[in-house]
Amino acid sequence: MQELVDHPTTEAQVELIRSGKSLRSEEMTINMGPQHPSTHGVFRVELVLDGEQVVDAIPHLGYLHRCFEKHTEAMTYPQVIPYCDRMDYLGAMNNDWGYALAVEQLMGVQVSEKVEYIRVIVGELNRIASHLVGGIGTYGLDVGAFTPFLYCFRDREIILNIFEKLCGARLLYNYVWVGGLSHDIYPTFLDEIESFCGQFRNTIREVNELLTGNKIFTTRTKKVGVITKEVAINYGISGPMLRASGVKWDIRRDDRYSIYDRFDFEIPIGNDNDGALIGDCYNRYWVRMREMEESLRIVEQAVRDCRKTPTLMQGDVQKDVPKRIKPASGEIYSRTETSKGELGFYIISANGTNPYRVKVRPPCFVNLSILPDATRGYYVADLIAIMGSFDFVMGEVDR
Amino acid sequence: MGLLNKLDNIESFETGNFVFSTVESLLNWGRLSSIWQMGFGLACCAIEFMAANASNFDMMRFGVIPRPSPRHSDVIIISGTVTLKMATRVKRLYEQMPDPKYVISMGSCSNCGGPYWEHGYHVLKGVDRVIPVDVYVPGCPPRPEALLEGLIRLRDKVRHQSLSKA
Ligand code: SF4
Repeated sequence: MQELVDHPTTEAQVELIRSGKSLRSEEMTINMGPQHPSTHGVFRVELVLDGEQVVDAIPHLGYLHRCFEKHTEAMTYPQVIPYCDRMDYLGAMNNDWGYALAVEQLMGVQVSEKVEYIRVIVGELNRIASHLVGGIGTYGLDVGAFTPFLYCFRDREIILNIFEKLCGARLLYNYVWVGGLSHDIYPTFLDEIESFCGQFRNTIREVNELLTGNKIFTTRTKKVGVITKEVAINYGISGPMLRASGVKWDIRRDDRYSIYDRFDFEIPIGNDNDGALIGDCYNRYWVRMREMEESLRIVEQAVRDCRKTPTLMQGDVQKDVPKRIKPASGEIYSRTETSKGELGFYIISANGTNPYRVKVRPPCFVNLSILPDATRGYYVADLIAIMGSFDFVMGEVDR
Repeated sequence: MGLLNKLDNIESFETGNFVFSTVESLLNWGRLSSIWQMGFGLACCAIEFMAANASNFDMMRFGVIPRPSPRHSDVIIISGTVTLKMATRVKRLYEQMPDPKYVISMGSCSNCGGPYWEHGYHVLKGVDRVIPVDVYVPGCPPRPEALLEGLIRLRDKVRHQSLSKA
């Protein structure tokens, strides 16, 4: 029997697996999904298997296609925001923000300091909430660890409670508006965030104890699903997945938007300590873990700034909201860093109250495109670990 | 079997405790206390559905345990947008479940198309067009409490079910 080829990424290497067999074996095609607990939504993969080994994985999309572009044609600019919420429903704040930023750039609107600070705070809190569910909680579930999931959801509820007080919604906020925010902050907003920050480091420690050092978890994730730097760049993947492959690329730092230049934060990248390989599943998980700490640092710095200058948190959050949102003809591409990666909005305006076209560059769709390459040559059981570590949201893949 | 063994021994009739009931309510009681659900998420509502299963809301205290296969489950919670492409699969999943089976439609999307009712050319306008629904939970997304309320309504429905009449 042929040894498991280390990481066959090219067609030629797949041929090698096929031809290197001393015994001719039959290939089997099986279907995984669209209803499968670990496909994170409705997603179907057609697997070509040779025994337990994955020869090819062909993704089939479209089970959650919700006609985003069609809706944007029929809606006014502010009405599009709720549909942005429903794309990446784990990180809805960041999606709203990305869209609002694009329209603001198109119209040349400058928002106030207060709005910028609140946006950074809610955006980073939402990034933590998203990682707690997608990158860590359900990833633990996928590889068989149930307890971290409960711990993650416990702390996520604290963030959701803050958001609920802020705007009335738990999951899909419609909070970041073009030129402002839908609601002002409530009096104890900063206190609650401070108390959350204080206790969340404990949670990170707990999850580290439960997962990061767990022998079963590390055995299932280390050296599995390796995506090398070159392959990652060629596919155009972004976000924590790209960083896990060892590329230091974060739009918050490399193509600055909002007020991220005021904060001091690290960009964690994958490493090969303790038997891991750069770009394997373990590194993707580990990058997300450390990213949560960095987000926490940003939030803490933002809250400290707000405390230092009491005038910062005064003023109307809707002062800069344009009375009539009707950008002049033109087009814009604007990108932001969400919890999944680079989210781009390409908006064409034809001088109307509805956008002429809104094209989205979703991070999850692009990240998912690497699935066949990342799984070839691994075992079926590893496929679950690999797919889970991508942390994709089907709402954004299919839109 | 335990009860039959006891019947052999007349003494235990005098000392033991009795509960009088009908077969119907005993069966219904058993059914409503262990409604196993199919672990199946469709869209945004599935996140709230997961939250209802997790620590703060703990749906499992009602005996609701997620099962990976439709063959094990009693209830299917349609949590999210059903597209035309997915509708046939949802129907297939429903047909694979053993009787008696129940359906909870969670969220506006599966109730009526939700935010996608007007321009969503690819969205099914209500899952009740393909499978019969027992309980509708409104909201976009419904809060976990709302889902729990829906579940309690379903338990009421099961409690008053009749064996002879459909
Ligand atoms: S009802 Fe709302 S939250 Fe639920 S799936 Fe539809 S759009 Fe998402």
